[in-house]
Amino acid sequence: MKKNLCYLDSVHRDGRIWNLIVMVLLLAFPVAVAFIFGVYPDWKALGVGLVATAPMYWAVGAIETVTYVPMLGAGGSYLSFVTGNISNLKLPCALNAMEQNEVSANSEEGEIISTIAIATSSIVTTVIIIIGVICIVPLTPILEAPVLQPAFEQILPALFGGLGVAFVSKNWKLALAPIVLMLVLFIFIPALNEGTVGIMVPVSALFTIGTGRILYKKGVL
Amino acid sequence: MEFRVNHPILFILAGVLIAVVLAQSVFFLVKALKRSRQLGMDQKKIRKTIKTATIFTIAPAVAIVISIITLSKKLGLALPWLRLSVVGSMSYETVAANNALSAMGQSLGSNIPLTAQQFVNVLLVMTISILLGIWLVPLIGKKLQGGMSKLSNRDAKWADIFSNGLFIGMISAFLGFVFCDVSRLWSAGPDGMVTVVEKEVNEVGEKVDKVVQYSSTSGLIPVCVMIVSAVIMVLCGLAMRKPKLKWLSEYALPISLILGMAAAIPLTTWLS
Repeated sequence: MKKNLCYLDSVHRDGRIWNLIVMVLLLAFPVAVAFIFGVYPDWKALGVGLVATAPMYWAVGAIETVTYVPMLGAGGSYLSFVTGNISNLKLPCALNAMEQNEVSANSEEGEIISTIAIATSSIVTTVIIIIGVICIVPLTPILEAPVLQPAFEQILPALFGGLGVAFVSKNWKLALAPIVLMLVLFIFIPALNEGTVGIMVPVSALFTIGTGRILYKKGVL
Repeated sequence: MEFRVNHPILFILAGVLIAVVLAQSVFFLVKALKRSRQLGMDQKKIRKTIKTATIFTIAPAVAIVISIITLSKKLGLALPWLRLSVVGSMSYETVAANNALSAMGQSLGSNIPLTAQQFVNVLLVMTISILLGIWLVPLIGKKLQGGMSKLSNRDAKWADIFSNGLFIGMISAFLGFVFCDVSRLWSAGPDGMVTVVEKEVNEVGEKVDKVVQYSSTSGLIPVCVMIVSAVIMVLCGLAMRKPKLKWLSEYALPISLILGMAAAIPLTTWLS
C-alpha cells in the first residue's frame, strides 16, 4: 500500500512540474511574439475580447476538471488538460482501454492503463498533426474534398455509438434514466446543441450518480 | 522585423512548445510502463493497449488536421498548429479568435491580413481563456483523487457505481446531443424545410444573422450514423466470442468509428 501511495504521489509531483512549465511557456509565446515584432497588445480590445471569452471557458474548465479528473486518473489528467481534445479523443481512448483490460479507474492498474492510453494518443495526435502541417499543400484538396466533409462532421455520433454500446450494455440499469432524460432535454430544448453539450455532461453525471445512489440503496445495483 | 502570419520564427516558437508537450507525453508513458512492469502487469495486454490507442486516435487526429487547415486561412499555419496540438479544440479556438478579432474590427472570415498587434491579441485571448484547466488540475487534482480513494476504501461497490455513473452520465449527454436536431421532423414547413437563423461574423467583424435552410430529415443523419456505429460494435462483440476472431477486440472501437463516419457520406446525401 505504501508503494502504491508513492507512485501516485510521484505522478502528482511530476505532473505539477510539467504543467507549470507548459503554462509558463504558453504565456511566454505571445510575449515573445510581441517582443520580436516590436508591438504592444491593443489593451482595450484585449479587455473586450477577454470579457467575451474567458468567463465562460473558465467556468467550463472548472466543471471539466471536477468531472473528468476522477475518470482520467492522475497521470491521464495532467496530460489531457495540457493536450486538449478530452471528450472527443482522450477520454474515450482511456475508457476503452480500461474496459478492455477490465480494470477500474479507482485502482492503480486503472491509473497505469489510462495514462498509457492517453500518453499514446497524445503522441500519435502530435505526430499526425506534424505530418499534416508539413504536407498541408498536397493534403488540403484531399481533406477538404466535399465528398469527405459529412464523414468528419459526424465524428461524434460515430464515436459515441460504439462507445455507448460498450458501456451501456454493461451498466444498463444505471444508464436507463440518464439516457431518457438527456434524449428528452436535447430533443425538446432548442438551446441544447453541440455548443452546450459540454455543460450538460456534469448535469447528466450528477443525475446518474443520484439515481445510482437510489438504485444502490434499494439493492437494484 | 516585418510581420506575417506564416513567419518562420512563429514556427520555431510553436515547435519548441510542441516539443515540450511531446516530451511530457513520452515522460508519462515511460513512467507508467516502468510501473506496470514493477507491478507485474501482463505486458502483452499493455502492448495491445498501445496498439488500440494508436489506431483509435488516427481518425480524430485527421479531423484535427482539417480544423488546422480551416483556421490557417486567416491565422497562418503556426498558430493553429500550436493551439490544436496543445489544449484547445476547433470550436474553442474559433470562438476565441472571433471574440479577439471582432473587438478590433477584424474577423476570421475577412481577407484583410492580420497585423502583429492583432495576432498578439488573438494569442493572448486564446491562451488566457483556456489556461484554467492547466493550473487547476495541479491545484485540486490530488484532492479530488484522494476523495475518490477514500470513498473506495469506505465502500468499494458504491465507489465503482460512482465512477461508472460519471462515464454513463457523460455518454448519455453525448447520446442526447446526437438527437438535438430531430425536432426538425415536426417543425418543418409544408415544403419539408426548416429555416434556422444562425449568427455569423461578417467581413468587418460584426455579428449578423444568416438564414440557413435544412431538410426536415437532416436531424436524423447523426442518429443514423450513431445506430450504424452501435450495430457494428454489437457485431464485433458477437464475432469476438469465436476464439479465432478474438483479435477483433483491439479494433472494435476504431472499426465502429471509421465505418460510422463512412456511413455518414451516403446518409447525408440521402437525408439532407
